[in-house]
Amino acid sequence: MRELDFSAAINEALRQEMKSDESVIVFGEDVGFFGGLFKCTDSLQKEFGKKRVRDTPISEGAIIGAAVGAALGGLRPVAELQFIDFVGCNGAMDQIFNQMAKMRYMFGGSLKVPVVVRTPCGSRYPVAAGAAHHSQSLEAWFMHVPGLKVVMPSTPYDAKGLLVAAIKDEDPVLFIEHKLLYYIRRMPSLREKYPSITCHVPKEEYVIPFGKADVKKEGQDATVIATMMMVHKALSAASQLTKEGINIEIIDPRTLVPLDKRTIINSVKKTGRAIVVSEDCKTGGVAAEIASVVIEEAFDYLDAPIKRVSGLDVPIPYSPVLEAVAIPQEQNIIEAVRETAGK
Amino acid sequence: MSDHFERLSGKTLVDLYTKMLKIRKFEEKTAELFARGFIPGLVHLYIGEEAVAVGVCANLRKEDYVVSTHRGHGHSIAKGGNVKRMFAELLGKKTGYSKGRGGSMHMVIPEIGVICSSGIVGAGIPIATGLGLAIDVKQTDQVVACFFGDGASNTGTFHEGINMAAAWKLPVIFVCENNLYAISVPFKKVTLVKNVADRAVAYGIPSVVVDGMDVIMVYKAVQEAVRRSREGEGPTLIECKTYRFRGHYEGDPKKGGTYRSEAEMLDWEKKCPITNFKAKLIQKGFFTENKAEEITQKCIKEIEEAVEFAMESPYPSPNEILDNLFE
Repeated sequence: MRELDFSAAINEALRQEMKSDESVIVFGEDVGFFGGLFKCTDSLQKEFGKKRVRDTPISEGAIIGAAVGAALGGLRPVAELQFIDFVGCNGAMDQIFNQMAKMRYMFGGSLKVPVVVRTPCGSRYPVAAGAAHHSQSLEAWFMHVPGLKVVMPSTPYDAKGLLVAAIKDEDPVLFIEHKLLYYIRRMPSLREKYPSITCHVPKEEYVIPFGKADVKKEGQDATVIATMMMVHKALSAASQLTKEGINIEIIDPRTLVPLDKRTIINSVKKTGRAIVVSEDCKTGGVAAEIASVVIEEAFDYLDAPIKRVSGLDVPIPYSPVLEAVAIPQEQNIIEAVRETAGK
Repeated sequence: MSDHFERLSGKTLVDLYTKMLKIRKFEEKTAELFARGFIPGLVHLYIGEEAVAVGVCANLRKEDYVVSTHRGHGHSIAKGGNVKRMFAELLGKKTGYSKGRGGSMHMVIPEIGVICSSGIVGAGIPIATGLGLAIDVKQTDQVVACFFGDGASNTGTFHEGINMAAAWKLPVIFVCENNLYAISVPFKKVTLVKNVADRAVAYGIPSVVVDGMDVIMVYKAVQEAVRRSREGEGPTLIECKTYRFRGHYEGDPKKGGTYRSEAEMLDWEKKCPITNFKAKLIQKGFFTENKAEEITQKCIKEIEEAVEFAMESPYPSPNEILDNLFE
């Protein structure tokens, strides 16, 4: 088995795409010399030079705007937004939702904008307290904008294959990386708790197509739909639930846009129960959308109300005691499944 | 009005005049169509500012890029856009440049480099920087002309976009069309520096203030900026002082006269870039009143034919609603 850290898998995807396609460039804050805050762009500048791998000023609007322009000019830019929390800074969000998302459509299909915006999201509990401005999960914002694809890998294998797909895609992609996934393989205690982070990552290039959910665990008693770090928490919860005689099925949509409704619906038809687990705030969130899809398309198959296990509607607090409560933990998943699948 | 015609051929001068006139006639017709209810959306007309687009674009090659704005019809025409397809777009027709999806504010013509046109003030500036980045990476000798107004010069993206282009010496000509008002708010009431061009000091790039009512002055300033960019010397900021003779949008009461004095408006109308240039060309013997009339008639005919084309063109079909959202 060839194991890689989550960030190393991302790095490998970037390196391979930069090697095979000269139009792929990388830029963002600290991505060049320093290799990125989370080392995802490590040594790319050394290998591909300062023209193709650039350190930018702290100018989020210009980073995303320049990515849009570079794409219009025929390149395939991969821009890094250092934290997803910065998406509202300095016009970056305007460039994402008003410019890159809309251009193909509002220009009548005469132009394309193949930009990838890579950005880390989520809480780093229990590793580091990022507090309110470095810990958010804002993926639902992007789901709401027609024209954007939203990708959220949970394993190093998925990260590499999905990032390759994102770079090859002709449309703008928000590639969201949960920060805890950078750490858990490197920290023995977490690695033991979440063994699912350890997986084989092929050396050669491969593509995971968008809109194809992955069944991370099969089961028949309830369907748990989970994203990013929540996949690992759900898998960890599954071990406990199995002991209690509840065998859950865990589905990772991997891409929120396009969403593989079919796999989700088929699973719910089989189990008759659905629990959606997502770290973002509950109100107007990812879980709300997925739950609505299930109600619209599989209501008659449901034997119990759908449950959402989501982040609380609160800014992420600093103190670890509070942060632990703000985001979904295994125990929340276990309780939700017990209530839904109640045996 | 500039007297420095010496290095320009008679043909170039007449071309500059003809282009400005074409924009004027296009916009007058647009105003008329709007008043008659044929245009379903908002239009921001370029009347009064023609010397800027024409003076800039006369320095550009087909493959050079133009980043346009909500007041962008003039940029598209100056770069060589087809007025038939432009009118069709304004009317929301399928034959429009954006197939009726964009309208006045989102007209692009990729085949001649008009590659971005945004309804968000200031949004085009970092996009122009990105186009410059693409040129830098691909190592072609193209340039980008980025148009924006005085209002955009007070957005954050102005700072971020120009700073980044300057730091990386990208081939972008930042052209500020300072028409003195951001909708109703006078530039001088919300900005302490006198000139937008003064801000170039903050980015370490050259800048110049030019009379935006004088096509020759604009042409010459941009010529030098384009030379610098093509030779790898980086961006330039050019501020053209100009004035819109109509309101911010068609329907703006009294053509913007609620927030602009009559004396001021009349004063600027005397600086009309087309009337004065025509007089100069006749005076200098580059053409005659008869020749001018001939050009006018030809221009009017082209506009009439374009409107006819647009009027007769089909609307998009409602079942195309989701087309071109993704590849």
